[in-house]
Amino acid sequence: MAMKGKKRLQVLINWLGPFLGLILVILIFSSLPEVQDRFLRLSNFKSVATQSVIVALGALGMTFIIIGGGIDLSAASNIALSSVVVAYAINGGIPPLIAILIGIFLGGFVGFINGSLITSLRVVPFIITLGMMGIARGVAKWIAGNQKIDAPLTWVNELMAKSPRPSWLLMAPGVWLMIVLALAMAIILRRTVFGRHVFAIGSNEATARLCGIRTKRTKIIIYSLAGLFCGLSGVMEFSRLTVGDPTVAVGLELDIIAAVVIGGGSLNGGEGSILGTMIGVFIMAFLRNGCTMMGWPNYIQEIIIGAIIVAAVSLDQFRHRREA
Amino acid sequence: MVESQVLAPPLRMKNISKSFGATCALDSVNFALQKGEVHALLGENGAGKSTLVKILSGAIKPDSGSMFLEDSPYAPSDPLEGKKKGISMIYQELNLAPHLTVEENILLGNEIQSLGFVRRREMSRKVRRALEVVNHPEISLDTPVRKLSVGAKQVVEIARALVDEAKILVMDEPTSSLSLEDIHRLFQIIKSLKAQGVSIIYISHFLEEVREVADAYTVLRDGKKIDSGKMENTSLEELIQMMVGQRLVEMFPRVEHKIGEVLLSLNHLKGKKMQAEVDLNLHRGEILGVAGLIGAGRTEMLRTAFGLDSIERGSLKIGSVSFIKGYPWRMIDQGMGLLSEDRQGEGLALARTIADNMTLSDFSPYCRFGFLQIKKQNRAVSDFIQRMKIKAQSPIQPVLSLSGGNQQKVALARLLHQEADILLLDEPTRGIDVVSKSQIYEWIGELARQRKAILFVSSYIPELAGVCDNIAVFHRGNLVEIRPASEWDAQSIMTVATVGRAIENA
Repeated sequence: MAMKGKKRLQVLINWLGPFLGLILVILIFSSLPEVQDRFLRLSNFKSVATQSVIVALGALGMTFIIIGGGIDLSAASNIALSSVVVAYAINGGIPPLIAILIGIFLGGFVGFINGSLITSLRVVPFIITLGMMGIARGVAKWIAGNQKIDAPLTWVNELMAKSPRPSWLLMAPGVWLMIVLALAMAIILRRTVFGRHVFAIGSNEATARLCGIRTKRTKIIIYSLAGLFCGLSGVMEFSRLTVGDPTVAVGLELDIIAAVVIGGGSLNGGEGSILGTMIGVFIMAFLRNGCTMMGWPNYIQEIIIGAIIVAAVSLDQFRHRREA
Repeated sequence: MVESQVLAPPLRMKNISKSFGATCALDSVNFALQKGEVHALLGENGAGKSTLVKILSGAIKPDSGSMFLEDSPYAPSDPLEGKKKGISMIYQELNLAPHLTVEENILLGNEIQSLGFVRRREMSRKVRRALEVVNHPEISLDTPVRKLSVGAKQVVEIARALVDEAKILVMDEPTSSLSLEDIHRLFQIIKSLKAQGVSIIYISHFLEEVREVADAYTVLRDGKKIDSGKMENTSLEELIQMMVGQRLVEMFPRVEHKIGEVLLSLNHLKGKKMQAEVDLNLHRGEILGVAGLIGAGRTEMLRTAFGLDSIERGSLKIGSVSFIKGYPWRMIDQGMGLLSEDRQGEGLALARTIADNMTLSDFSPYCRFGFLQIKKQNRAVSDFIQRMKIKAQSPIQPVLSLSGGNQQKVALARLLHQEADILLLDEPTRGIDVVSKSQIYEWIGELARQRKAILFVSSYIPELAGVCDNIAVFHRGNLVEIRPASEWDAQSIMTVATVGRAIENA
């Protein structure tokens, strides 16, 4: 009887796990007298939500990649490239909507190249996307002439505005977009055949091949999809900054990957969830938010987040070993 | 000729027994080795040969029995101790670091240290001496190991054993990946080793070679020692007889079925990973057994036919459609299904659910506009679980929580679920319990009755004899002979598998 109770507790912990982490972070900062009142305000929560959009969008695509057993180090460079291209286009007089679409599809195209190279050359995703990281960033700097591109204000810049124009929206349109897309991706991942294929490939690619799954094609789709998300994230980055800055988001790919991993994604593939990823995004966002409020220097944030990544993955390994 | 020592034999193993759970791997086995002797250790798969040498090397401890090296007791606690006492193992999967040179590999773990510094000159001298003994043209001290052929790599391992000052060398299936030239060279090396007083335990299925190189033999069967003696006094037939034994015919459920027209034919099919061309016709309602030693190329043929490995030349025909290039998805569409011999590594995605594994090759019955109708999927899978008596609590249980036999049933269920007409089964009953085995035999018979075509690759001759209509025997990549099952017996199958042709009775 004690065994069954123990097992049920374990299932509960598994399910709550990532949530607990988030609750813990919020509790900690709510208990610190210096920031309590400012931290727990609605306006602060809205702020955190808005600040999460860029990483979250990148992380949605990264979730698919990591579950499929791959990795994408070029995500942040892709975001920067996209933001530069959108700025360039708007600056050049192209209607904002078209500019946005160009940015998104360019991101998708970069992802498509990643996927194609990974499946055709016998080189691991780490290396291919490492190379693309430099290439995309370089192209971004090239297009921008190695400086920031100013662009006239358009409705695009409203997307990440903390106080949105139609005030009934309550939160920036970017935040709603993030939520809707997260829901959509969660459904695709868990309830479509494509999602099953992604899990299968990540869990055991040999088995997936044996069962007639077109692994090459699926992988290209995964990387292209992630690229589209990076493109969209780049649009949001531009919206936030109002300029196209090729040096933006350096190192952001690590935040994106960290979010997926904290949320339960395994770098070996076959595991992960959109919900977990979103929680991972918010854990890091609240951490940064709280630390900034406390006036702690940036490096404290980095140390804490680094420690959390190790703790989250260790806990995950521990969980797996007990199950086996 | 090396005289056998009147003094203590280099190795004596007395009454060695070892069980793994309920399985008895070795039952009171006695084994003795003479100095400078090449002693063949023979037996079918599962006879206990690897267990015996693993105990000798120190990798496992016996449940009972004792070992003596030159009459002093020997009970190693780990393989390192075995190595120090002069016992070196050369496994089929070579233990070399591909990026290091020959010299570095040989000295791995063996660096002579003096006050913390490595004595280079002495090391090089030892290695050079060893390389002189083996005398291989490809090998020099600084060649990176990854540039060497398989035969040369093996020789490096032998050189390492010499530097380790091995007195007893165990070679496990040394020739299965070697060319004739390499085999010749290996035998020369073995001769020089013998002259130096090294004793060799030689494990191999290739009886013709064994008879050429070995002085003595010991045959194991089902964990027991059947006999040992001098090779020159024994014939090939006698050895096979001892290995295979007079077994009672096991009970296999027979399901009546009729054999119809050709459904699958392989025409001069040669895949990149296949050693030779294969021609084969498989009929509806036929259970065609495929026998042969490990490495005979049966799995490679199945994988090439299924499109997992690429085709070099030749073609295959399913019904009236010919293919010169195959992909798994195309073959599955044409009604083919493959049950992999590597259940855990390839046959199943262990972390995924039973439902996903069972339907992985065909989601279409539950796919509506790309969305998976999960309830429908679970219902269908529950149905299969019941019909095939799979011991599971629910369809959404992860497959790794099932026993081996039940895991295999899930893998087989996938082929049934995709309604495969041509089933390629690679060692379907390997490593599973007896009850599951007989259930699988029953389903195979039932599938034949439903006019499916079945290729049944197995290394277990009794089940081939009990279940199949016809049996094909492979040898080194060639399909040597197909006969109706009634015209084969265990002896003749083994003979063709090991020698490559039937031996005329004297």
